[in-house]
Amino acid sequence: MTYKADFRIWRGDTDGGELRDFKVEVNEGEVVLDIIHRLQATQAPDLAVRWNCKAGKCGSCSAEINGRPRLLCMTRMSTFAPDEVVTVTPMRTFPVIRDLVTDVSFNYAKARQVPSFTPPEGLKPGEYRMQQVDVERSQEFRKCIECFLCQNTCHVIRDFEDNKAAFSGPRFLMRIAELDMHPLDVADRQKAAQEEHGLGLCNITKCCTDVCPEHIHITDNALIPMKERVADRKYDPLVWLGNKIRRRGSGD
Amino acid sequence: MATGTTGPAGSTGTNAPGRAHIRARHLRTDRWWLSPAVTVTILSAFIVYSTWRAFANDDYFAEPYVSPFYSPCLASECDSMPMSANAPLFGDWWGLSPALLILIFPLGFRLTCYYYRKAYYRGFWASPSACAVPEPRGSYSGETRFPLILQNIHRYFFWFAAVVAVILTWDVLIAFRDEHGAWGHMGLGTLVLLANVLLIWAYTLSCHSCRHIVGGKLKHFSKHPVRYRLWGFVSRLNGRHMELAWASLFGVALADLYVYLVASGAFDDPRFF
Ligand code: SF4
Ligand code: SF4
Ligand code: FES
Ligand code: FES
Repeated sequence: MTYKADFRIWRGDTDGGELRDFKVEVNEGEVVLDIIHRLQATQAPDLAVRWNCKAGKCGSCSAEINGRPRLLCMTRMSTFAPDEVVTVTPMRTFPVIRDLVTDVSFNYAKARQVPSFTPPEGLKPGEYRMQQVDVERSQEFRKCIECFLCQNTCHVIRDFEDNKAAFSGPRFLMRIAELDMHPLDVADRQKAAQEEHGLGLCNITKCCTDVCPEHIHITDNALIPMKERVADRKYDPLVWLGNKIRRRGSGD
Repeated sequence: MATGTTGPAGSTGTNAPGRAHIRARHLRTDRWWLSPAVTVTILSAFIVYSTWRAFANDDYFAEPYVSPFYSPCLASECDSMPMSANAPLFGDWWGLSPALLILIFPLGFRLTCYYYRKAYYRGFWASPSACAVPEPRGSYSGETRFPLILQNIHRYFFWFAAVVAVILTWDVLIAFRDEHGAWGHMGLGTLVLLANVLLIWAYTLSCHSCRHIVGGKLKHFSKHPVRYRLWGFVSRLNGRHMELAWASLFGVALADLYVYLVASGAFDDPRFF
């Protein structure tokens, strides 16, 4: 089925911009990114959009469609009624560069603040021995394609610019959880998660999980388990006492 | 990057400096308000019902059934409830309904539950009402300060809730008697209490703190095969935690209502044998 769809697309840059109306052809089986490309080819040759794989795997084409953070290349036109206006804007948590392209360097800065994998002292690459069940748990988190839709949706920074300094966002709190669950990592991730990366700001309302195109259970499997680990360390006098008495060294 | 900027209201939120300027607070076109509205409606109805029943201090026992709102009884002024868990720790001086003493624990458990937190932060606090719908306030500190930092004691409520679940299980056992206390009988009320306690157990065991305690806290599953299997079991239940939270909320209200109807004489408990 081919029809003419009504699109509203945000055009502008840091100095301002607006939603502009377009009428554009839609064919059977197309996704929103196809329509953006058709607009570039026919009516708006200078429309800026970031994309690469068109397969939901590079994480470049993150934007907001009818107010919901999505990948442009994974949003099928068949999910909209033919008479529905489709509004496309850039992500609204990061500074805009032009049209649909935002500056996501906030995320790279936060990524650098997470200390990398830290093996026990004296253990050299090649000597790592791990059990399958021990590494399995965090494999889910490695499906992340770094689209930063979760970061964009999280109300902690989306609605409160001033929290950006204190909060690393779900993507990187999940990275911390991944390392904390790694059988060979020895760095202290728990205190850092709370004190340096703002885990306490997360109120587990699950929007990161809702928008993740990889369907990673960010909240249930990374953030909440991490909150429980932090509670062990900082808020649970009985666990603290138990650890003192048993003097656990390497942990279990 | 405008990190650290706290401009005047209007320049913060999604219209903070540097971001794409879009007048609309949000552009969602779906019925995003439906789910928080349903949450508020059901939770409010439950609060009204349970407040009435907790303060009523009446019609909570119809031999052999005890309402889950009044078990165990921690005050000494409870109806005589043969065989049920009476532990008058509070003695005579407690003048209010004995339900208040025990309901603190399940209430605390559910108030600090990770799922209910999500539900009421979204429904009652609009923090946020729905994803990408902005919060109606100028600053936010999440669970970093008093009082919300107290959510971290959820694990203690989990232990209390487990004790309450054991007592409610006992209440199901003693419901296998007849109106005169003779064993080996069963009525519709027995089934109602049984369904309730199964839901309570499923909800309690699917708790995130329980998942952490049984095995989630471990770094090396391989060193603890039994706890690893328990963790797997709890994790499967945990995937249904939201559904169990609602089901057990309805379950406990209906179980209490059933006992109320029988005790007040509005309904005759059908006996099977
Ligand atoms: S669950 Fe936490 S990290 Fe995820 S979107 Fe909500 S507040 Fe942000
Ligand atoms: S966790 Fe999911 S939403 Fe977040 S960056 Fe990775 S793939 Fe994207
Ligand atoms: S273009 Fe690669 S994820 Fe959409
Ligand atoms: S009861 Fe819901 S998380 Fe513990």
